[in-house]
Amino acid sequence: MITEQRSKYLSDSVQSIQPSGIRRFFDLASSMENVISLGVGEPDFVTPWNVIEASYHSLEQGYTAYTANAGLFELRKEISRYMRRRFGVTYNAENEMVVTVGASQAIDIALRAVVNPGEEVIVVEPSFVSYAPTVTLAGGVPVPVHTYSQNEFKLQPEHIEEAVTEKTKAILLCSPNNPTGTVLSKADLLKIAEVVEKHDLLVISDEIYAELTYDEPYTSFPSVGNMRERTILISGFSKAFAMTGWRLGFACGPKDIQQAMLKIHQYTMMCAPTMAQHAALEALVNGQKDVIRMKESYRQRRSLVTHALEEMGLSCHTPGGAFYVFPSIKSTGLSSEEFAEQLLMKEQVAVVPGSVFGESGEGHIRCSYATSISKLEEAMKRIKRFIENME
Amino acid sequence: MDAKERELLQLIEKNGRLENSTIARLMGISEDETKQMIEKLEKEKVILGYSAIINWTKGTDEGAVTAMIDVKVTPKRGVGFDKVAERIYRFPEVKAVYLMSGVYDLSVSIEGKTMAEVGRFVSEKLSTLDSVLSTTTHFILKKYKHDGLVFSENEEDKRIVVSP
Repeated sequence: MITEQRSKYLSDSVQSIQPSGIRRFFDLASSMENVISLGVGEPDFVTPWNVIEASYHSLEQGYTAYTANAGLFELRKEISRYMRRRFGVTYNAENEMVVTVGASQAIDIALRAVVNPGEEVIVVEPSFVSYAPTVTLAGGVPVPVHTYSQNEFKLQPEHIEEAVTEKTKAILLCSPNNPTGTVLSKADLLKIAEVVEKHDLLVISDEIYAELTYDEPYTSFPSVGNMRERTILISGFSKAFAMTGWRLGFACGPKDIQQAMLKIHQYTMMCAPTMAQHAALEALVNGQKDVIRMKESYRQRRSLVTHALEEMGLSCHTPGGAFYVFPSIKSTGLSSEEFAEQLLMKEQVAVVPGSVFGESGEGHIRCSYATSISKLEEAMKRIKRFIENME
Repeated sequence: MDAKERELLQLIEKNGRLENSTIARLMGISEDETKQMIEKLEKEKVILGYSAIINWTKGTDEGAVTAMIDVKVTPKRGVGFDKVAERIYRFPEVKAVYLMSGVYDLSVSIEGKTMAEVGRFVSEKLSTLDSVLSTTTHFILKKYKHDGLVFSENEEDKRIVVSP
């Protein structure tokens, strides 16, 4: 009753979005003991010490005030150098970049800067849980385009064509993808670029996992064809530099769009945390060796997990990036939520049901391999036993 | 040494107790291949042995005393420092010997049960050697980190159990 009365105070848009399906699993798993979690969407490394130390140092020096709205200029210059060096994309540190509170905030202000009420944004599913709600909160209409395991969850250009209407404004891409780990190759991106150009769409390209690709060199979307002029590139420090808790990301893109985003940023956030910006500066200047070390370790664990899953008959493409595998559990006859819940109750292994990442995630589970080798091996044993006991 | 061998060595340097099957899966090679590679590296003395890093101060009274001794020596004609080093490293109490640049020549690491025992070794065995000119003994008071491992690290996973 109270809830009903309350709801009159709430906006329609906030009421139209659902709490993340991950939340329920979090509550369930947190209440249990001896749980091995493959449900964690972040690195298992602590932030490299030199980065932590740089942040300490900045605090000792008294850098505790606001920075420029767009972020420390020094940091933006380093981001500019880093993006050119690593991904061959060039952005002007002065006006084509905003340092944000995580990549999530960058996505939020990107959407709010470009979407008019009722305009549609294509969300490629399965996707990170926040995309569709963020589109809704920006006044837009999220339009899911599904990807399928038979294509290794690669976005098919003809499926974009089918989803495009006259209201379509933008498309939200994520490669390497959370939850599928799928990486789009340069050839894939070129085909997508054709459709994007044909329909005059904007692209918000979430490249937060770009450093974590294991098989082929990474292609950044704005580096393809003429895409730079219609792409907002989103990235950050969380995944590659193991800095999730620092909440530091950035967006790069054409000047007019970045300046529009900066307006929202300056009124709603002022600037990203200063101590985290100093940490990030150190990460960019001296952190590449740590990125390589961590990436190597993820690559080994990817191999461990994909082999183990294959042996127990859970079919799964070898994901090219991020630190997730997304095996099919259809052979068990269970829904992804039933599978995840029973696995947690019977064997105390937490995985995330694919359905929380959108309809096309159903029939799959997301397992993160950013966990110690011994825990991964134990988890694989338990999942194997769980499946054997089912038969 | 090829890239695969290097990868294997890095894995077992971090954890010498990794099963061959685990190494094989981590590296995406067969168990047989793993076994052969290890045997080859053992034979070539690239892998010299396997040991554990133990915190002896924990749950035991077997406290060991470790000293690091700076030793100045006169090198022997023709064999340089090697002969002197050998005279020293043959003692089982000696855990490590390094030839150093700088003001002294050999860094010798000694382990004993008590300070007196280490002291006896230095005065009776080490400083009496012909080529030894002087010794400076430093006792280790506390080990914080050894071979890349921190002794008191809080290893628990600080991440929340499930996150997007």
